[in-house]
Amino acid sequence: MVYLTRKAEFSASHLYHNPAFTPEENRRIFGKCNNPNGHGHNYTLEVTVKGEVDPRSGFVVDLKQLKEVMHREVLDAMDHRFLNKEVPEFLHRIPTTENIAIAIWQRLATQLESAKLHRVRVYETPDLFVDFYGEP
Amino acid sequence: MKAHLSRRYLFSASHRLHSEEMSTEENKRTYGKCNNPYGHGHNYIVEITVSGQVDEQTGMVCNLADLDTFIEREVLARFDHENLNTLQEFSKEVPTTENLCIQIYEIVHRGFPHAHLERVRLEETMMNSFEYTGKSS
Repeated sequence: MVYLTRKAEFSASHLYHNPAFTPEENRRIFGKCNNPNGHGHNYTLEVTVKGEVDPRSGFVVDLKQLKEVMHREVLDAMDHRFLNKEVPEFLHRIPTTENIAIAIWQRLATQLESAKLHRVRVYETPDLFVDFYGEP
Repeated sequence: MKAHLSRRYLFSASHRLHSEEMSTEENKRTYGKCNNPYGHGHNYIVEITVSGQVDEQTGMVCNLADLDTFIEREVLARFDHENLNTLQEFSKEVPTTENLCIQIYEIVHRGFPHAHLERVRLEETMMNSFEYTGKSS
């Protein structure tokens, strides 16, 4: 089994707000992230796939295909977007780094042909990141 | 769904690697430059990884403010800009980065109630890093 990791970057804005909470609760729980006008980050995405090395191609996965899927499913949808308003997953779910990692996993998992998705890592900043392994 | 959240913090501290159980020669041989009697320092980066179910209401494994407050109070305030050899934590053991990594793991494991501690990773320099995931592994 070999693991292959491909990186990508995207920039997006978001805010944390749960309409079920009072304004005070939203401010207390989410702090600065509750600013109603939103704020942004440069996200770094690392997608790790795993599989056996194909004896004919020497590849775990066709990197061109992986790049295309990441572009289509993630960057086209999220880069330079306001996540709360423009990405369907976040119309009713808070776009925390945890939920972004889960949404990216769900977008990619069904699209990969030969390799199996192992991990989605999303850096919100260089000092904060989330790993999702598809665990329930 | 279960996710892993990792957060990195910086602190600076000095130490000297020296064991009372070794002779002067053995200390020099074992620890090399790190045995300098005056000590020396590092900018450490500690990476804390916690895991848990992503809360439906908040979208979080745990509130980052709780983790930051805990780490600042219990780890950074204890070790930042200190000489590790003078601390009670290292009165009986050599403040290698292995031992410091285990100490930090134990502090977080014992005291942070809001998520499951998966791993402590400690970078002593950009070239050296150490990881501890608890006794059983």
